[in-house]
Amino acid sequence: MMTDSKSVPEQFIAPHLRDIPKSGIRDFFDIVASRKDVISLGIGEPDFQTPWHIREKAMTAIERGFTRYTSNLGMPELRQALTTYMKHAFHATYDWKSEILVTVGVSEALDIALRAVLSPGDEVLYHEPCFVAYAPLIRMAHGVPVAVNTFRKDDFRLTVEELEKKVTPKSRVLLINFPNNPTGACLTKADTEALADFVIKHNLLLISDEVYSELTYEGGRHSMAAISRIRDRLIFMNGFSKAWSMTGFRLGYVCAPAPLTDAMMKIHQYCMMSAPTVSQCAGIEALAAGNEDIVEMRDSYHQRRNFLVASLNEMGLDCFMPRGAFYVFPSIQTTGLTAHEFAMRFLQEYSVACVPGSAFGTCGAGYLRCAYATGMEQLKEAMSRMQTFLKTL
Amino acid sequence: MDPLLEMLKKNARESDAVLAKELGTTEADVKARIAAYEKDGVLRGFRALINPARIDDTTVHAVIELRIRPEREGGFDRLASRISQCPQVESMFLMSGGFDLMLFVKGKNLQEVANFVSVHLATIDGVLSTATHFMLKTYKDQGILMEGEHYDDRLQVSP
Ligand SMILES: Cc1ncc(COP(=O)(O)O)c(C=O)c1O
Repeated sequence: MMTDSKSVPEQFIAPHLRDIPKSGIRDFFDIVASRKDVISLGIGEPDFQTPWHIREKAMTAIERGFTRYTSNLGMPELRQALTTYMKHAFHATYDWKSEILVTVGVSEALDIALRAVLSPGDEVLYHEPCFVAYAPLIRMAHGVPVAVNTFRKDDFRLTVEELEKKVTPKSRVLLINFPNNPTGACLTKADTEALADFVIKHNLLLISDEVYSELTYEGGRHSMAAISRIRDRLIFMNGFSKAWSMTGFRLGYVCAPAPLTDAMMKIHQYCMMSAPTVSQCAGIEALAAGNEDIVEMRDSYHQRRNFLVASLNEMGLDCFMPRGAFYVFPSIQTTGLTAHEFAMRFLQEYSVACVPGSAFGTCGAGYLRCAYATGMEQLKEAMSRMQTFLKTL
Repeated sequence: MDPLLEMLKKNARESDAVLAKELGTTEADVKARIAAYEKDGVLRGFRALINPARIDDTTVHAVIELRIRPEREGGFDRLASRISQCPQVESMFLMSGGFDLMLFVKGKNLQEVANFVSVHLATIDGVLSTATHFMLKTYKDQGILMEGEHYDDRLQVSP
Protein backbone atom coordinates (compact mmCIF):
# COMPACT_ATOMS: atom_id res chain seq x y z
CA MET A 1 0.00 0.00 0.00
CA MET A 2 1.13 3.50 -0.70
CA THR A 3 1.69 5.49 2.46
CA ASP A 4 2.06 8.75 0.61
CA SER A 5 -1.08 10.74 1.33
CA LYS A 6 -0.71 13.08 -1.64
CA SER A 7 -3.68 13.30 -3.96
CA VAL A 8 -3.34 12.20 -7.55
CA PRO A 9 -2.74 15.69 -8.92
CA GLU A 10 -0.32 16.54 -6.12
CA GLN A 11 1.85 13.51 -6.65
CA PHE A 12 2.77 14.77 -10.10
CA ILE A 13 4.24 18.00 -8.83
CA ALA A 14 8.04 18.02 -9.04
CA PRO A 15 9.55 17.66 -5.55
CA HIS A 16 11.97 20.56 -5.93
CA LEU A 17 9.03 22.82 -6.72
CA ARG A 18 6.84 21.41 -3.98
CA ASP A 19 9.55 22.19 -1.47
CA ILE A 20 9.59 25.88 -2.33
CA PRO A 21 7.57 27.65 0.34
CA LYS A 22 4.76 30.01 -0.57
CA SER A 23 5.87 33.62 -0.71
CA GLY A 24 5.44 35.49 2.59
CA ILE A 25 4.13 38.38 0.57
CA ARG A 26 1.40 36.22 -0.85
CA ASP A 27 -0.03 35.45 2.63
CA PHE A 28 -0.02 39.08 3.43
CA PHE A 29 -1.66 39.93 0.15
CA ASP A 30 -4.60 37.64 0.90
CA ILE A 31 -5.26 39.39 4.19
CA VAL A 32 -4.99 42.87 2.73
CA ALA A 33 -7.23 41.94 -0.17
CA SER A 34 -9.95 40.87 2.25
CA ARG A 35 -10.11 44.35 3.79
CA LYS A 36 -11.54 47.57 2.46
CA ASP A 37 -10.05 51.05 2.45
CA VAL A 38 -6.53 50.00 3.21
CA ILE A 39 -3.71 52.49 2.70
CA SER A 40 -1.04 50.32 1.19
CA LEU A 41 2.66 50.97 1.58
CA GLY A 42 3.09 47.42 0.41
CA ILE A 43 3.08 48.01 -3.32
CA GLY A 44 6.29 47.31 -5.22
CA GLU A 45 5.33 49.15 -8.37
CA PRO A 46 5.18 52.83 -9.33
CA ASP A 47 1.95 54.74 -8.71
CA PHE A 48 2.47 57.03 -11.69
CA GLN A 49 0.59 56.44 -14.89
CA THR A 50 2.81 55.31 -17.74
CA PRO A 51 3.76 58.57 -19.51
CA TRP A 52 1.20 59.45 -22.14
CA HIS A 53 3.56 59.56 -25.12
CA ILE A 54 4.62 55.99 -24.34
CA ARG A 55 1.02 54.78 -24.12
CA GLU A 56 0.25 56.63 -27.31
CA LYS A 57 3.16 54.91 -29.05
CA ALA A 58 1.78 51.55 -27.96
CA MET A 59 -1.61 52.46 -29.44
CA THR A 60 -0.01 53.56 -32.71
CA ALA A 61 1.93 50.31 -32.78
CA ILE A 62 -1.31 48.35 -32.63
CA GLU A 63 -2.90 50.63 -35.22
CA ARG A 64 0.00 50.11 -37.58
CA GLY A 65 -0.10 46.38 -37.12
CA PHE A 66 2.98 45.71 -35.01
CA THR A 67 1.28 42.66 -33.59
CA ARG A 68 3.47 39.76 -34.66
CA TYR A 69 6.55 38.02 -33.36
CA THR A 70 9.76 39.96 -33.52
CA SER A 71 13.28 38.63 -33.87
CA ASN A 72 13.97 36.35 -30.88
CA LEU A 73 16.51 38.80 -29.52
CA GLY A 74 14.07 41.69 -29.82
CA MET A 75 13.47 44.43 -32.39
CA PRO A 76 16.76 45.71 -33.84
CA GLU A 77 15.71 49.32 -33.28
CA LEU A 78 15.12 48.63 -29.59
CA ARG A 79 18.42 46.79 -29.17
CA GLN A 80 20.26 49.61 -30.92
CA ALA A 81 18.62 52.09 -28.57
CA LEU A 82 19.69 49.92 -25.64
CA THR A 83 23.28 49.89 -26.87
CA THR A 84 23.20 53.68 -26.87
CA TYR A 85 21.54 53.77 -23.46
CA MET A 86 24.12 51.43 -21.89
CA LYS A 87 26.92 53.51 -23.32
CA HIS A 88 25.39 56.74 -22.12
CA ALA A 89 24.28 55.57 -18.67
CA PHE A 90 27.16 53.30 -17.68
CA HIS A 91 29.94 53.73 -20.26
CA ALA A 92 29.40 50.08 -21.10
CA THR A 93 29.69 48.80 -24.66
CA TYR A 94 27.34 46.03 -25.74
CA ASP A 95 26.88 44.97 -29.34
CA TRP A 96 23.19 45.06 -30.20
CA LYS A 97 23.56 42.17 -32.65
CA SER A 98 24.96 39.61 -30.23
CA GLU A 99 25.08 40.90 -26.67
CA ILE A 100 21.60 42.24 -25.89
CA LEU A 101 18.46 40.18 -25.43
CA VAL A 102 15.04 41.73 -24.85
CA THR A 103 13.02 39.83 -22.25
CA VAL A 104 9.60 39.68 -20.67
CA GLY A 105 10.63 41.85 -17.75
CA VAL A 106 13.62 41.39 -15.49
CA SER A 107 11.63 38.46 -14.13
CA GLU A 108 12.28 36.44 -17.27
CA ALA A 109 15.83 37.71 -17.47
CA LEU A 110 16.54 36.31 -14.00
CA ASP A 111 14.98 32.99 -14.89
CA ILE A 112 16.83 32.42 -18.15
CA ALA A 113 20.13 33.69 -16.77
CA LEU A 114 20.01 31.22 -13.88
CA ARG A 115 18.84 28.35 -16.03
CA ALA A 116 21.53 29.06 -18.60
CA VAL A 117 24.41 28.79 -16.16
CA LEU A 118 23.43 26.46 -13.31
CA SER A 119 23.96 22.72 -13.06
CA PRO A 120 22.22 20.78 -10.29
CA GLY A 121 23.93 21.45 -6.99
CA ASP A 122 25.69 24.67 -8.01
CA GLU A 123 25.59 27.25 -5.26
CA VAL A 124 24.35 30.76 -5.86
CA LEU A 125 25.36 33.47 -3.42
CA TYR A 126 22.72 36.16 -3.04
CA HIS A 127 22.14 38.74 -0.34
CA GLU A 128 19.22 39.07 2.01
CA PRO A 129 16.94 40.93 2.52
CA CYS A 130 16.15 40.68 -1.19
CA PHE A 131 13.51 40.45 -3.86
CA VAL A 132 11.28 37.47 -3.03
CA ALA A 133 11.86 35.70 -6.36
CA TYR A 134 15.58 35.05 -5.98
CA ALA A 135 15.75 31.89 -3.84
CA PRO A 136 12.76 30.24 -5.60
CA LEU A 137 14.19 30.98 -9.07
CA ILE A 138 17.55 29.53 -8.05
CA ARG A 139 15.84 26.37 -6.80
CA MET A 140 13.74 26.07 -9.94
CA ALA A 141 17.00 26.13 -11.89
CA HIS A 142 18.22 23.28 -9.65
CA GLY A 143 20.75 25.50 -7.92
CA VAL A 144 21.32 25.87 -4.20
CA PRO A 145 20.55 29.33 -2.83
CA VAL A 146 23.10 30.53 -0.28
CA ALA A 147 21.95 33.66 1.52
CA VAL A 148 24.51 36.26 2.57
CA ASN A 149 23.33 38.72 5.18
CA THR A 150 23.39 42.49 4.94
CA PHE A 151 23.08 44.72 7.98
CA ARG A 152 21.75 48.05 9.15
CA LYS A 153 25.25 49.00 10.33
CA ASP A 154 26.36 48.88 6.68
CA ASP A 155 23.16 50.56 5.44
CA PHE A 156 22.35 47.12 3.98
CA ARG A 157 25.21 47.20 1.47
CA LEU A 158 26.73 43.84 0.61
CA THR A 159 30.22 43.39 2.04
CA VAL A 160 33.01 41.09 0.90
CA GLU A 161 33.56 40.16 4.53
CA GLU A 162 30.12 38.52 4.67
CA LEU A 163 30.55 36.97 1.23
CA GLU A 164 33.83 35.34 2.24
CA LYS A 165 31.98 33.57 5.06
CA LYS A 166 29.63 31.85 2.62
CA VAL A 167 31.67 31.19 -0.49
CA THR A 168 32.61 27.53 -1.13
CA PRO A 169 34.21 25.60 -4.00
CA LYS A 170 30.66 24.91 -5.21
CA SER A 171 29.81 28.61 -5.51
CA ARG A 172 29.23 29.47 -9.13
CA VAL A 173 27.19 32.64 -9.26
CA LEU A 174 26.79 35.82 -7.25
CA LEU A 175 23.38 37.44 -7.71
CA ILE A 176 22.96 41.02 -6.54
CA ASN A 177 20.36 43.78 -6.66
CA PHE A 178 21.23 47.42 -6.01
CA PRO A 179 19.45 49.81 -5.61
CA ASN A 180 17.77 47.21 -3.50
CA ASN A 181 14.27 45.97 -3.00
CA PRO A 182 13.30 45.95 -0.04
CA THR A 183 15.90 48.14 1.71
CA GLY A 184 16.61 50.91 -0.81
CA ALA A 185 20.33 50.30 -0.27
CA CYS A 186 22.80 51.37 -2.96
CA LEU A 187 26.42 50.44 -3.55
CA THR A 188 29.25 52.93 -3.43
CA LYS A 189 31.94 52.99 -6.10
CA ALA A 190 34.29 51.27 -3.65
CA ASP A 191 31.69 48.54 -3.03
CA THR A 192 31.37 47.76 -6.73
CA GLU A 193 35.15 47.53 -7.06
CA ALA A 194 35.38 45.21 -4.06
CA LEU A 195 32.61 42.98 -5.43
CA ALA A 196 34.37 42.87 -8.80
CA ASP A 197 37.58 41.71 -7.11
CA PHE A 198 35.61 39.12 -5.16
CA VAL A 199 34.00 37.52 -8.22
CA ILE A 200 37.34 37.42 -10.02
CA LYS A 201 39.11 35.93 -7.01
CA HIS A 202 36.58 33.11 -6.70
CA ASN A 203 35.94 32.75 -10.44
CA LEU A 204 32.22 33.47 -10.14
CA LEU A 205 29.68 34.70 -12.64
CA LEU A 206 27.97 37.89 -11.51
CA ILE A 207 24.29 38.51 -12.20
CA SER A 208 23.42 42.12 -11.46
CA ASP A 209 19.74 43.08 -11.33
CA GLU A 210 19.73 46.87 -11.62
CA VAL A 211 16.04 47.39 -12.30
CA TYR A 212 15.92 50.38 -9.92
CA SER A 213 19.03 52.04 -11.29
CA GLU A 214 17.20 55.09 -12.68
CA LEU A 215 15.74 55.69 -9.25
CA THR A 216 18.94 56.77 -7.53
CA TYR A 217 18.58 60.02 -5.63
CA GLU A 218 22.06 61.03 -4.64
CA GLY A 219 25.60 59.73 -4.45
CA GLY A 220 25.69 58.71 -8.11
CA ARG A 221 24.77 55.50 -9.87
CA HIS A 222 27.41 52.84 -9.55
CA SER A 223 26.65 50.02 -11.95
CA MET A 224 28.54 46.76 -12.13
CA ALA A 225 28.37 47.23 -15.92
CA ALA A 226 30.78 50.14 -15.60
CA ILE A 227 33.59 47.86 -14.44
CA SER A 228 35.26 46.55 -17.57
CA ARG A 229 37.46 43.93 -15.91
CA ILE A 230 34.39 41.82 -15.06
CA ARG A 231 32.70 42.26 -18.42
CA ASP A 232 33.34 38.63 -19.43
CA ARG A 233 31.71 37.33 -16.24
CA LEU A 234 28.77 39.71 -15.93
CA ILE A 235 25.12 39.28 -16.83
CA PHE A 236 23.56 42.71 -16.45
CA MET A 237 19.80 43.13 -16.36
CA ASN A 238 17.46 46.06 -16.30
CA GLY A 239 13.93 46.84 -17.38
CA PHE A 240 11.29 49.44 -18.08
CA SER A 241 8.97 48.63 -15.16
CA LYS A 242 10.32 50.97 -12.53
CA ALA A 243 12.04 53.72 -14.50
CA TRP A 244 9.07 54.48 -16.74
CA SER A 245 6.27 53.03 -14.69
CA MET A 246 5.66 50.33 -17.27
CA THR A 247 5.15 47.25 -15.09
CA GLY A 248 2.26 45.87 -17.13
CA PHE A 249 4.17 46.13 -20.40
CA ARG A 250 6.42 43.32 -19.18
CA LEU A 251 9.62 44.53 -20.77
CA GLY A 252 13.23 44.07 -19.72
CA TYR A 253 16.61 43.14 -21.14
CA VAL A 254 19.90 41.45 -20.44
CA CYS A 255 23.35 42.47 -21.56
CA ALA A 256 26.08 39.85 -21.54
CA PRO A 257 29.03 38.63 -23.63
CA ALA A 258 27.90 36.83 -26.80
CA PRO A 259 28.38 33.23 -25.56
CA LEU A 260 26.23 33.91 -22.50
CA THR A 261 23.64 35.83 -24.50
CA ASP A 262 23.53 32.90 -26.90
CA ALA A 263 22.95 30.46 -24.07
CA MET A 264 20.09 32.55 -22.61
CA MET A 265 18.69 33.01 -26.08
CA LYS A 266 18.42 29.21 -26.42
CA ILE A 267 15.97 29.16 -23.52
CA HIS A 268 14.20 32.37 -24.47
CA GLN A 269 13.54 31.29 -28.06
CA TYR A 270 11.87 28.05 -26.99
CA CYS A 271 9.92 29.25 -23.97
CA MET A 272 9.08 32.82 -24.93
CA MET A 273 9.83 33.35 -28.64
CA SER A 274 9.99 37.10 -28.21
CA ALA A 275 8.96 39.84 -25.82
CA PRO A 276 5.56 41.46 -26.54
CA THR A 277 5.86 43.46 -29.73
CA VAL A 278 3.63 46.35 -28.68
CA SER A 279 5.69 46.68 -25.51
CA GLN A 280 8.90 46.74 -27.49
CA CYS A 281 7.56 49.64 -29.58
CA ALA A 282 6.67 51.45 -26.35
CA GLY A 283 10.16 50.73 -25.04
CA ILE A 284 11.73 52.40 -28.09
CA GLU A 285 9.69 55.50 -27.35
CA ALA A 286 10.66 55.46 -23.67
CA LEU A 287 14.35 55.36 -24.54
CA ALA A 288 14.03 57.97 -27.26
CA ALA A 289 11.97 60.57 -25.44
CA GLY A 290 11.43 59.47 -21.89
CA ASN A 291 14.19 61.18 -19.98
CA GLU A 292 12.02 64.01 -18.69
CA ASP A 293 9.49 61.51 -17.40
CA ILE A 294 12.16 59.87 -15.28
CA VAL A 295 13.33 63.18 -13.88
CA GLU A 296 9.83 64.20 -12.91
CA MET A 297 8.98 60.91 -11.22
CA ARG A 298 12.36 60.68 -9.53
CA ASP A 299 11.97 64.17 -8.03
CA SER A 300 8.63 63.18 -6.66
CA TYR A 301 9.92 59.89 -5.14
CA HIS A 302 12.83 61.81 -3.70
CA GLN A 303 10.54 64.20 -1.82
CA ARG A 304 8.36 61.38 -0.54
CA ARG A 305 11.40 59.48 0.66
CA ASN A 306 12.63 62.52 2.59
CA PHE A 307 9.21 62.88 4.16
CA LEU A 308 8.99 59.22 5.21
CA VAL A 309 12.50 58.97 6.62
CA ALA A 310 12.11 62.21 8.57
CA SER A 311 8.69 61.17 9.90
CA LEU A 312 9.81 57.68 10.93
CA ASN A 313 12.94 58.87 12.71
CA GLU A 314 10.93 61.59 14.43
CA MET A 315 8.64 58.86 15.80
CA GLY A 316 11.63 57.02 17.15
CA LEU A 317 11.81 54.28 14.51
CA ASP A 318 15.40 54.04 13.34
CA CYS A 319 15.52 54.39 9.58
CA PHE A 320 18.60 54.97 7.44
CA MET A 321 18.39 57.24 4.42
CA PRO A 322 18.20 54.87 1.44
CA ARG A 323 19.69 56.36 -1.70
CA GLY A 324 17.63 54.44 -4.24
CA ALA A 325 14.53 52.47 -5.28
CA PHE A 326 11.22 53.44 -3.62
CA TYR A 327 11.40 51.68 -0.28
CA VAL A 328 12.35 52.70 3.22
CA PHE A 329 13.23 50.02 5.73
CA PRO A 330 12.70 51.20 9.31
CA SER A 331 13.57 49.08 12.32
CA ILE A 332 10.66 48.37 14.63
CA GLN A 333 12.75 46.55 17.21
CA THR A 334 12.24 49.19 19.89
CA THR A 335 8.51 48.38 19.91
CA GLY A 336 9.15 44.88 21.21
CA LEU A 337 6.95 43.42 18.46
CA THR A 338 8.17 41.18 15.67
CA ALA A 339 7.88 42.64 12.19
CA HIS A 340 5.05 40.25 11.47
CA GLU A 341 3.11 41.18 14.60
CA PHE A 342 3.69 44.86 13.95
CA ALA A 343 2.54 44.65 10.34
CA MET A 344 -0.47 42.53 11.26
CA ARG A 345 -1.67 44.84 14.05
CA PHE A 346 -1.01 47.97 12.04
CA LEU A 347 -3.13 46.50 9.26
CA GLN A 348 -5.91 45.19 11.46
CA GLU A 349 -6.19 48.14 13.82
CA TYR A 350 -5.19 51.03 11.55
CA SER A 351 -5.79 49.70 8.02
CA VAL A 352 -2.29 50.44 6.79
CA ALA A 353 -0.35 47.72 4.99
CA CYS A 354 3.44 47.48 5.25
CA VAL A 355 5.29 44.27 4.46
CA PRO A 356 7.24 42.66 7.32
CA GLY A 357 10.96 42.64 6.52
CA SER A 358 11.09 38.93 7.31
CA ALA A 359 9.26 38.28 4.02
CA PHE A 360 12.51 39.23 2.29
CA GLY A 361 14.84 36.97 4.27
CA THR A 362 15.51 36.08 7.88
CA CYS A 363 17.83 39.04 8.46
CA GLY A 364 14.92 41.31 7.54
CA ALA A 365 13.26 40.35 10.82
CA GLY A 366 12.78 43.43 12.97
CA TYR A 367 12.21 45.70 9.97
CA LEU A 368 9.31 46.84 7.84
CA ARG A 369 9.29 47.57 4.15
CA CYS A 370 7.36 50.76 3.45
CA ALA A 371 7.05 51.53 -0.25
CA TYR A 372 6.62 55.18 -1.15
CA ALA A 373 5.26 54.49 -4.60
CA THR A 374 2.08 56.02 -3.21
CA GLY A 375 0.74 59.58 -3.22
CA MET A 376 1.72 62.10 -0.53
CA GLU A 377 -1.82 62.23 0.87
CA GLN A 378 -1.74 58.52 1.66
CA LEU A 379 1.80 58.69 2.99
CA LYS A 380 0.84 61.51 5.35
CA GLU A 381 -2.20 59.65 6.58
CA ALA A 382 -0.18 56.45 7.03
CA MET A 383 2.46 58.26 9.06
CA SER A 384 -0.13 59.92 11.25
CA ARG A 385 -1.74 56.53 11.95
CA MET A 386 1.67 55.04 12.63
CA GLN A 387 2.28 57.75 15.23
CA THR A 388 -1.03 56.94 16.93
CA PHE A 389 -0.27 53.22 16.83
CA LEU A 390 3.16 53.67 18.37
CA LYS A 391 1.67 55.65 21.26
CA THR A 392 -0.51 52.68 22.20
CA LEU A 393 2.43 50.30 22.40
CA MET B 1 12.57 76.52 -10.46
CA ASP B 2 12.84 76.19 -6.70
CA PRO B 3 11.38 72.77 -5.77
CA LEU B 4 9.36 74.53 -3.09
CA LEU B 5 7.48 76.46 -5.79
CA GLU B 6 6.93 73.27 -7.77
CA MET B 7 5.43 71.66 -4.70
CA LEU B 8 3.18 74.63 -3.94
CA LYS B 9 1.97 74.60 -7.54
CA LYS B 10 0.91 71.00 -7.05
CA ASN B 11 -0.65 71.48 -3.64
CA ALA B 12 -0.69 74.90 -2.02
CA ARG B 13 -2.49 73.57 1.04
CA GLU B 14 0.42 71.36 2.08
CA SER B 15 1.53 72.22 5.59
CA ASP B 16 4.90 73.88 6.12
CA ALA B 17 5.93 70.96 8.34
CA VAL B 18 5.37 68.40 5.58
CA LEU B 19 6.99 70.60 2.94
CA ALA B 20 10.02 70.93 5.21
CA LYS B 21 10.34 67.17 5.58
CA GLU B 22 10.02 66.59 1.85
CA LEU B 23 12.69 69.17 1.15
CA GLY B 24 14.92 68.03 3.95
CA THR B 25 14.86 71.41 5.66
CA THR B 26 13.24 73.14 8.63
CA GLU B 27 9.74 74.52 8.96
CA ALA B 28 11.16 77.96 9.74
CA ASP B 29 13.10 77.91 6.47
CA VAL B 30 9.97 77.03 4.49
CA LYS B 31 7.99 79.81 6.15
CA ALA B 32 10.75 82.32 5.45
CA ARG B 33 11.03 81.30 1.81
CA ILE B 34 7.28 81.54 1.26
CA ALA B 35 7.19 84.94 2.93
CA ALA B 36 10.04 86.15 0.72
CA TYR B 37 8.28 84.91 -2.42
CA GLU B 38 5.12 86.72 -1.39
CA LYS B 39 7.02 89.89 -0.71
CA ASP B 40 8.86 89.71 -4.04
CA GLY B 41 5.61 89.18 -5.92
CA VAL B 42 6.57 85.68 -7.05
CA LEU B 43 3.65 84.08 -5.25
CA ARG B 44 0.56 85.97 -6.37
CA GLY B 45 -2.04 83.96 -4.48
CA PHE B 46 -3.35 80.54 -3.52
CA ARG B 47 -6.74 79.40 -4.80
CA ALA B 48 -8.94 76.36 -5.01
CA LEU B 49 -9.59 74.57 -8.28
CA ILE B 50 -13.27 73.67 -8.37
CA ASN B 51 -15.07 71.44 -10.80
CA PRO B 52 -18.01 73.66 -11.87
CA ALA B 53 -20.06 70.66 -12.97
CA ARG B 54 -20.12 69.28 -9.44
CA ILE B 55 -21.58 72.34 -7.75
CA ASP B 56 -24.61 74.49 -8.48
CA ASP B 57 -22.57 77.04 -10.33
CA THR B 58 -24.33 78.67 -13.26
CA THR B 59 -21.59 81.18 -13.99
CA VAL B 60 -20.98 81.55 -17.70
CA HIS B 61 -17.41 81.51 -19.01
CA ALA B 62 -16.22 82.69 -22.37
CA VAL B 63 -13.02 83.18 -24.32
CA ILE B 64 -12.84 86.38 -26.31
CA GLU B 65 -10.41 87.05 -29.10
CA LEU B 66 -9.69 90.71 -29.52
CA ARG B 67 -7.94 92.56 -32.27
CA ILE B 68 -6.71 95.98 -31.19
CA ARG B 69 -4.80 98.82 -32.78
CA PRO B 70 -1.26 99.14 -31.36
CA GLU B 71 -0.18 102.65 -30.38
CA ARG B 72 2.96 104.45 -31.45
CA GLU B 73 4.48 104.72 -27.99
CA GLY B 74 3.08 101.90 -25.81
CA GLY B 75 2.27 99.17 -28.38
CA PHE B 76 -0.53 97.04 -26.94
CA ASP B 77 0.23 97.70 -23.31
CA ARG B 78 -1.86 100.78 -22.51
CA LEU B 79 -5.03 99.39 -23.99
CA ALA B 80 -4.37 95.91 -22.61
CA SER B 81 -3.80 97.27 -19.16
CA ARG B 82 -7.06 99.19 -19.32
CA ILE B 83 -9.07 96.16 -20.45
CA SER B 84 -7.49 93.92 -17.84
CA GLN B 85 -8.91 96.17 -15.10
CA CYS B 86 -12.48 95.07 -15.92
CA PRO B 87 -13.66 92.74 -13.16
CA GLN B 88 -15.31 90.47 -15.74
CA VAL B 89 -11.88 89.59 -17.12
CA GLU B 90 -10.38 86.65 -15.23
CA SER B 91 -7.27 86.08 -17.32
CA MET B 92 -5.80 87.87 -20.25
CA PHE B 93 -2.89 87.20 -22.60
CA LEU B 94 -1.16 88.89 -25.49
CA MET B 95 -1.10 86.38 -28.35
CA SER B 96 0.78 85.78 -31.56
CA GLY B 97 -1.25 84.92 -34.66
CA GLY B 98 -4.56 86.11 -36.03
CA PHE B 99 -5.64 88.24 -33.07
CA ASP B 100 -3.92 90.18 -30.33
CA LEU B 101 -5.52 89.65 -26.94
CA MET B 102 -7.18 86.59 -25.52
CA LEU B 103 -9.55 87.21 -22.63
CA PHE B 104 -11.11 84.70 -20.28
CA VAL B 105 -14.27 86.33 -18.97
CA LYS B 106 -17.11 85.31 -16.72
CA GLY B 107 -20.63 86.52 -16.13
CA LYS B 108 -23.77 85.57 -14.22
CA ASN B 109 -25.45 84.57 -17.45
CA LEU B 110 -25.12 84.72 -21.19
CA GLN B 111 -26.75 88.14 -21.30
CA GLU B 112 -24.22 89.62 -18.94
CA VAL B 113 -21.27 88.43 -21.00
CA ALA B 114 -22.89 89.56 -24.22
CA ASN B 115 -23.53 92.92 -22.64
CA PHE B 116 -19.93 93.22 -21.51
CA VAL B 117 -18.69 92.54 -25.01
CA SER B 118 -21.02 94.84 -26.87
CA VAL B 119 -21.21 97.71 -24.41
CA HIS B 120 -17.82 97.69 -22.70
CA LEU B 121 -15.32 96.05 -25.02
CA ALA B 122 -16.37 96.67 -28.59
CA THR B 123 -16.87 100.35 -27.94
CA ILE B 124 -13.38 101.03 -26.63
CA ASP B 125 -11.43 103.20 -28.99
CA GLY B 126 -8.73 101.04 -30.56
CA VAL B 127 -10.63 97.75 -30.36
CA LEU B 128 -10.96 96.58 -33.96
CA SER B 129 -12.92 93.38 -33.56
CA THR B 130 -14.11 90.79 -31.07
CA ALA B 131 -14.96 87.10 -31.36
CA THR B 132 -16.67 85.48 -28.39
CA HIS B 133 -16.65 81.75 -27.68
CA PHE B 134 -18.70 80.37 -24.81
CA MET B 135 -17.30 77.47 -22.83
CA LEU B 136 -19.58 74.46 -22.63
CA LYS B 137 -17.79 71.97 -20.43
CA THR B 138 -14.52 71.74 -18.49
CA TYR B 139 -12.51 68.59 -19.13
CA LYS B 140 -9.23 69.70 -17.68
CA ASP B 141 -8.16 72.84 -15.89
CA GLN B 142 -4.58 73.81 -15.04
CA GLY B 143 -3.34 70.29 -15.50
CA ILE B 144 -6.08 68.64 -13.50
CA LEU B 145 -8.68 66.37 -15.07
CA MET B 146 -12.19 67.30 -13.98
CA GLU B 147 -13.96 64.05 -14.69
CA GLY B 148 -13.02 60.41 -14.46
CA GLU B 149 -11.58 59.57 -11.06
CA HIS B 150 -8.11 58.13 -11.31
CA TYR B 151 -8.56 54.93 -9.42
CA ASP B 152 -5.64 52.86 -8.29
CA ASP B 153 -5.99 49.40 -9.79
CA ARG B 154 -2.64 48.08 -8.63
CA LEU B 155 -2.45 44.92 -6.54
CA GLN B 156 -2.54 46.05 -2.93
CA VAL B 157 0.62 44.19 -2.02
CA SER B 158 3.27 43.20 -4.54
CA PRO B 159 6.86 42.06 -4.37
C1 LIG C 1 14.64 43.59 -7.53
C2 LIG C 1 13.62 43.31 -8.57
N1 LIG C 1 13.97 42.61 -9.65
C3 LIG C 1 13.08 42.33 -10.62
C4 LIG C 1 11.76 42.73 -10.53
C5 LIG C 1 10.82 42.36 -11.64
O1 LIG C 1 10.74 43.37 -12.57
P1 LIG C 1 10.03 43.19 -13.98
O2 LIG C 1 8.74 43.92 -13.90
O3 LIG C 1 10.98 43.82 -14.95
O4 LIG C 1 9.85 41.74 -14.24
C6 LIG C 1 11.35 43.48 -9.43
C7 LIG C 1 9.95 43.90 -9.29
O5 LIG C 1 9.45 44.22 -8.26
C8 LIG C 1 12.30 43.77 -8.42
O6 LIG C 1 11.96 44.47 -7.34
